[in-house]
Amino acid sequence: MFSKLFNHLNSSIIKKQTMGVAGLLLCGFITMHFLGNLLIFVGPEAFNLYAHTLTSNPLIYAAEAGLLAIFLVHIGVGVKLTIENNNARPQKYYMKQPTGRGANFSSSTMPYTGIIILIFVILHILGLKFGTYYETSYDGVKMRDLYKLVIEYFRQPSAVLGYVVAMLSLGIHLRHGFWSAFQSLGFNHPKYNNLLILISKAFAFIMAIGFSSLPIFCFYKGGN
Amino acid sequence: MGDQSKLMSLNLKIWRQPNSGSQGEMIDYKLDGISPDMSFLEMLDVLNEELVQEGKDSIAYDHDCREGICGMCSLMINGQAHGPEASTTTCQLHMRKFKDGDTIVIEPWRAKAFPVLKDLMVDRGSFDAIISAGGYVNCNTGNAPDGNAIPIPKESADLAMDAAACIGCGACVASCKNASAMLFVSAKISQLALLPQGKPEAQKRAESMVTKMDELGFGNCTNEAECEASCPKGIKIENIARMNREYLSSALKSK
Ligand code: HEM
Ligand code: FES
Repeated sequence: MFSKLFNHLNSSIIKKQTMGVAGLLLCGFITMHFLGNLLIFVGPEAFNLYAHTLTSNPLIYAAEAGLLAIFLVHIGVGVKLTIENNNARPQKYYMKQPTGRGANFSSSTMPYTGIIILIFVILHILGLKFGTYYETSYDGVKMRDLYKLVIEYFRQPSAVLGYVVAMLSLGIHLRHGFWSAFQSLGFNHPKYNNLLILISKAFAFIMAIGFSSLPIFCFYKGGN
Repeated sequence: MGDQSKLMSLNLKIWRQPNSGSQGEMIDYKLDGISPDMSFLEMLDVLNEELVQEGKDSIAYDHDCREGICGMCSLMINGQAHGPEASTTTCQLHMRKFKDGDTIVIEPWRAKAFPVLKDLMVDRGSFDAIISAGGYVNCNTGNAPDGNAIPIPKESADLAMDAAACIGCGACVASCKNASAMLFVSAKISQLALLPQGKPEAQKRAESMVTKMDELGFGNCTNEAECEASCPKGIKIENIARMNREYLSSALKSK
């Protein structure tokens, strides 16, 4: 009974679809994360209150565990697919030329942009979530002063640069990834396909430029 | 042979491999007197004739109809499946697409599931195995049914016909960076799934053909459409999306 289920889960197509669903869920996460981060532009109080409300909800632990699981599934299945793909052509070509009518820069660098994102995520969590604990209070409620941490953190030009490089990689990853997930799930309709490609490009662009604007803003805000 | 001044001289780099068990290597050949009106395969025929006259082993390559319909010809030409021209099989590619003095690199399709038999010939039996696994419609014998008894919308018939244009040459596998066979398999699944006669078995068919494809060691599609771009018959990756749907619903519903 379970062997049949396992065979399906282990098939090329379901693996692609699992990765696609996980990728789309991650797209949902980064969208929310981005919208929340925009409060940095509003000011310390708005941002800190938002972060406090979010992290003081007990459901946050379940949400974080879920997010971690989605990440691990996306990466785990991605690694497995990539290894299988490498094995499918043991002897490489002496000469291989793209047609120019199919693959693009984004689609052919997915594993590499993925690795950059992974390294970034680890450093990002270590530096910010587990970074210095500053405290502040509003109306007598004590809370973490994340705003201060973010400003301090992005005083270093290297942090800003690393962040921007990672976000450009994210954009490149999403340019292909967002559309690709729909194709994997079986959605490719001549009437909507061009629109979906456009949405994919727009989403990738907004995420790359939008996220990148934050550390640059903080860098100048921090007195540089 | 027409205008002598137009004849071309070429430098060829061709993969030579005596048999499937041996190590192969790229060998350089110089070839003169090639007419731009020759097809790519005719150019190889000229080279083979020279080799035979020199008492050397001729270069093995696959071909049959030489008119772009059988799917036997193959070849990676300068790193592209069936060469540089879109929607063209190697047998339909002409030497006028190249310039006098060009270096042309010629290799066999490369994939774990397409082992090299000799020189430029590979074993594409894995495609046959996928078809045997489910690429057909079961029907009871009896009187020949009336061709028009089952109404088929024009759009479905057209889409099925487009998918059925696949000649099974394997260029999709050869050009895919993952050596994935999904364009081929999806075309074969689509041509039947789109028609009423093929519908009843559509999901089971998708299931068994995909299972066979995975077993044979083809890679996984990364949706880059190099297959579509190098397919001599212009098969669309929309077929891959259709296969993904059929397979997903089979995986969810099958017992
Ligand atoms: C916020 C982070 C991320 C988002 C939003 C994201 C999103 C996506 C999406 C939507 C896809 C398309 C799935 C499909 O084709 O069905 C994808 C594919 C992929 N992702 Fe990610 N991803 C993220 C992080 C990562 C990380 C950390 C890695 C690796 C370490 C990674 C590696 C890959 C690979 C290898 C593919 C497959 C490419 C392909 O099949 O063409 N991704 N990603
Ligand atoms: S030889 Fe028949 S398609 Fe090229």
